[in-house]
Order: sequence, then C-alpha cells, then structure tokens
Amino acid sequence: MDFLTIIQILDSTIRLATPLLLACLAGLYSERAGVFDIGLEGKMLAAAFLSAAVAYVSGSVWLGLLAGIGASVVLAMVHGLASITFRGNQLISGVAINFLAAGLTVLVAQSWFQQGGRTPSLMGGARFEPITLPFADALSGVPFLGPIYGDLISGHSVLVYLAFALVPTTWWVLFRTRFGLRLRAVGENPAAVDTAGVSVTRLRYAAVLICGVLCGIAGAYLATGLQAGFVKDMTAGRGFIALAALIFAKWRPWNSLWACLLFGLLQAVALRYQNLDLGGVVIPVQVMDVLPYILTVIFLAGFVGKAIPPRAGGEPYVKER
Amino acid sequence: MDKMPRWAEVFLVPLISLLLAAVLSALVILAIGENPWAAVKMMVSGALGSTYGWGYTLYYTTNFIFTGLAVAVAYHARLFNIGGEGQAMLGGLGVALACLYLPLPHWLIALPVAAIGAALFGAAWALIPAYLQAKRGSHIVITTIMFNFIAAGLLNYLLVNLMRPVGSMDPATDKFPEGTHLPTLHDLLAPIGIEFSKAAPANVTFIVGLLACLVVWLLLWRTRLGYEIRAFGHSEPAAVYAGINPVKITMIAMLISGGLAGMMAVNNVMGEAERLVMNAVEGAGFIGIAVALMGRNHPFGVLIAALLFGFLYQGGAELALWTSIPRELIVVIQALVILFTGALDHMVRMPLERLFLAFRKGA
Repeated sequence: MDFLTIIQILDSTIRLATPLLLACLAGLYSERAGVFDIGLEGKMLAAAFLSAAVAYVSGSVWLGLLAGIGASVVLAMVHGLASITFRGNQLISGVAINFLAAGLTVLVAQSWFQQGGRTPSLMGGARFEPITLPFADALSGVPFLGPIYGDLISGHSVLVYLAFALVPTTWWVLFRTRFGLRLRAVGENPAAVDTAGVSVTRLRYAAVLICGVLCGIAGAYLATGLQAGFVKDMTAGRGFIALAALIFAKWRPWNSLWACLLFGLLQAVALRYQNLDLGGVVIPVQVMDVLPYILTVIFLAGFVGKAIPPRAGGEPYVKER
Repeated sequence: MDKMPRWAEVFLVPLISLLLAAVLSALVILAIGENPWAAVKMMVSGALGSTYGWGYTLYYTTNFIFTGLAVAVAYHARLFNIGGEGQAMLGGLGVALACLYLPLPHWLIALPVAAIGAALFGAAWALIPAYLQAKRGSHIVITTIMFNFIAAGLLNYLLVNLMRPVGSMDPATDKFPEGTHLPTLHDLLAPIGIEFSKAAPANVTFIVGLLACLVVWLLLWRTRLGYEIRAFGHSEPAAVYAGINPVKITMIAMLISGGLAGMMAVNNVMGEAERLVMNAVEGAGFIGIAVALMGRNHPFGVLIAALLFGFLYQGGAELALWTSIPRELIVVIQALVILFTGALDHMVRMPLERLFLAFRKGA
C-alpha cells in the first residue's frame, strides 16, 4: 500500500464519515436530553429524498438542503409529539419513523419522477461542489504535505467542513452554555430541571428539533454531496451505524468524531477492497461491513469500558401534581 | 376501577388506531394521484377474490404469525425484540442445514426436524442479546438491531463463499431434496374435495402457525412460566420479591421469542423457496412489530393482525402489478399502524378514556 493509496482511502474516509458524524451528533443532542432516537435512519432518508428532489426541480442545492432539513424536522416533530407530548414508547416511534420514510420516499419519488423510486441525476448547481481551500494548488508540488493538504483536507463540499466544525461547537454548547447544562440535566434528572422552573417539554422539543436539523443536513449531504441524486434506501443502515457510533462514543462529542472516523474508515476500506488481504489472512468484505455493529455490541457488553446512557433516556417525563 | 370497559380496550382502541392509519394511507394514495377506493377494491379482489389470492395471503399471514408471536412473547416480559428479522434469517440457515445435510425421506419427518433447526438457530441468535440484557444491562433494542445487521453480513458471507453450489453465480444454496418439500394447501385440500390454487405458496406451515398461536396462549396464560414472564413484565421489583429470577426470565423469554421468529423460515425457506436465498425474510421480522402491537400482544390478536397484514401484503403486490402504486405503500401503512397503535397510543386513548368517564358520571 503506497502513500497515495493511503491518502485516497483517508480522503474517502472523511467523505463517508461525514453523514455518520452529522447523524451521530443529531442523536447526541436528542439522547442527551433523554429522548432515545432510533429514527435517525428514517430522518436521513427523508431528507436525502426531498433535498435531491427539490435540488433537481429548482436547480439550487441550497433550496434542496432547506427542503431536506424541513422533511427531517417534520419527522422529528412527529417523534417529539409521540415521545414527549403523548408519552409514547420512543423506540416504537423511532421504528415507525424509519418505515414511514422508507415507504414514503419511494412512493413519492415514483409519483414525481417515474424512475422506479429514484430522482434524476443531479448536475451543476444542484449538487454541492468540492471547495478548493486556499493554496491547495500552490502546495500540490510539495511532497508529502502537498497531497495531505490538497487532497485530504481540501476539496470537500462545504457540508463536510460544517460537520467537522460542529464537533467543537456541540462540545461548547453542551458543556459551556446554560442551555447545554439544562439539556444534559433533562436527560439525567428531568424532575430536578422541572423543580428549577425550567420547562422539560420545551427543552426536549428543542433537542429533538436540533436532532432533526442535523439529520436533515446528513441526508442532504448523502444525496447532493456524496452522491448525485436519491436512490431507494440510500441511507443503507447509516443511521444505525451513527447510533452505534454514538454508543461507542459514550454520548460525547469528541469521541463521536473518532468513532465516526473509525466507522467511516471501515466503510472506505470495504468500498475499495472486496476482500482485504493482510499478509496471508484474507478478511472478507462482510466482516468490514458488520464490524461497527460487532464492536458496538462488545462495547455495550461492557468488556471494554462501559457505555452508560443518559439516566432518564427513554423515559417520558410525567409531571407530578 | 378501570378507566374503560374491556371491550373498548380490546376492540375500540385498535380499531380507531387502524382507522386513523387507513385514513392517512388513503390521503397518501390521493396525494400521488390515485383513487383510494379503486385501490382498496383491487386489493380485496387480488388478495381475497380467488384461492390463488388467498394462497398468497395465507402464506404471508403465516410469516407474520411467527414474527408477531415472537415480538409479543418478548413484550410480555417487557423486552422489545426488534431482532426478529435477524433471528428469522438465522432460522433460515437452520432450515437449510437440516434440509441439505440431514437424511429426511418424508415431509412428516422433515417438518419437525427443520422446525427444530429453525427454532434453535433463531433462539441462538437471540441468546447473546438476551444474555447481555440480563447480565450486563445492555439495552436489548440496540443489541438486537446490531444483530440484525450482523445476521445479514453472516448470511451474505455464507451464501456467497460457502453454501453456494459450485459453478453457480447466484448467492443461494442448492435446491432442497424432494423429501423435504412441504405439501401446499392445494395438496392438503384436494383429498377432501376442495379445489385450491396450485400455484399459491401457502403450505402446511400455516397450520403449524395456528398451533403456535394456541401453544403461546397456553404458555402465557396457563403455565407457571407464562405467569412468571407476565409478572416480570408488569413489575420487575414485584417479580423479584416474589422469588422470580429476572436473569432466567429474560433469557427464557428472549429464547422463546427468537425461536418463534426463527420458525418463520419453515414457511418461507422450506415451504416456498425450497432453498435459502439472500434476503429471504424480506422485512417480515419488522412487520412482526406492527402485528404484535395491533394484536395487543395476545396470540389471537396476533393471528387477526397477521391476517390483516397478509391481506395488505398480497393486495399491495397486486396493486404494484396493475397500477403505478409501488409496493412501498404497504411499508407506509405498516409505519402508520406502528405509529398509531404503538407510539401514539395515548393520543387515541386519552379522549376515549375521558368520554367513558363522562358517561359513567352521567349514569
């Protein structure tokens, strides 16, 4: 494996880790506030479809992004309605949202575009184009650093940089602002927050809303950045890998970044090599595909460190009278 | 005092949830420019208008009975088994191994052997999540989701690399030998003079499914173990105080659940495909969630809900064949049913409870 191959794999890692990271941070806000969300997958899928559809029709990727966020937020509000207002089972609601998105996207895509549940390919301004960072071309001749800066760091779409910038932002919001403190408190002990005179309902809705926005960006990136258009079930379990990453990261922002990069790397390797030959030992592609899930199960089992979820996670809050 | 009479709890609440789901589905059909009434008529005639339609409806029903019962049994122990899909995949592996590598001369022998293989493999796939939930407190929902994906990877590997016959490009096993072929409803009904479509895949497993409903009902409401499972589901501290071992109940409930999900494979792998193919389960494991929710986790409720979803599935296939409405319409309906009967249960229930209370005060 030469240097350029490594650069290419890492470059693809960054692109594949981006939707995972966005969805993972989305789940982080929601679950830290005590609302479990296994509907990340569905929200991403809905956003992927609507962003691609609107971007194709309008020719503007930014309108597409907005529409994608809108679709995701609508589903997030359904989740909020079920799990906060009506105190339903958050897991069942998540399952419903996943199926709703899986069905509706194909149904509507077929009705609008008649291409077997996909959108037409996006071109030009309907896609997020890669951004060349300053001096990338000038440095391209420099050995070693040139490719690292020019290929690995530069040349991604704006959403990639946004996703990575969201990691410190999320850390700052959660651990350095009053809103973040309350958000975390509402996931650990909502009664205490309520006693302090802060609305549990409003905080949880805010968290679910942020979750919707971030899932929307993740889905839009899938359909308009990573690929050129929507195809049926294009999230392909990414929402669940993001969920796995979230557990792997113990519900912490910086850990989320490392977990998503790790899982992104696995995807990048699986994409490039059908079967990876490591000095005589052949690792089949299926192992790479399922490794995130296996790692998460091992991690959940508590054999390597312990993943402790927010204490009030999954519990609807009932105000005492 | 109960807030609602029992009949309202058992029939009215699911019915209203179902109506809400139906109305929204009709709106979806309208929105994509089709006529909902025509769609319903086509679904009814396609799924119930001929023995061919019934044959498919009952075939799907059989799948959903098993996956629905699987979710229901776990639910009584307050465990949400989302892993029916993976457990049914592994059940398929058990069936395939039994049919391909054991000498099974006649279906009367092959059926119980394959069913045991399916149940064992399905239960084995629920074992690790069950153990992790019982002993290490890892959330069963997350682990069973992960195990669905691991199962898909495992089956993919086995079919592509190991079980595929030499020279075949298709990632599937060989055809099962003649002796393991299950009789279809046509074969069973012909001797007693009832004409049933020969082409439809409904087979003897449907009867096994009906028996399974009965056995699960007996287990849950007529045995000590069933009582322990339900007691544990109602209140873990109370159950522990009464001397019920939570680890044991969690493990047993999940193993039964996984075994039931696995037994679905007798229907689809052995009864229909007669070989193990990739993605044989086709989402039936997830439909089990909707079926159990709609059937209020009662075996007979599950049976009725499975019949409804069997009808929707076959009707949806007919729609996809004759109109421009894709099969995914069923996924939407399924999602709405899960949403209204599961997550938004309180939304349906609260106004009803108020209504009944108001009536009672007036009386």
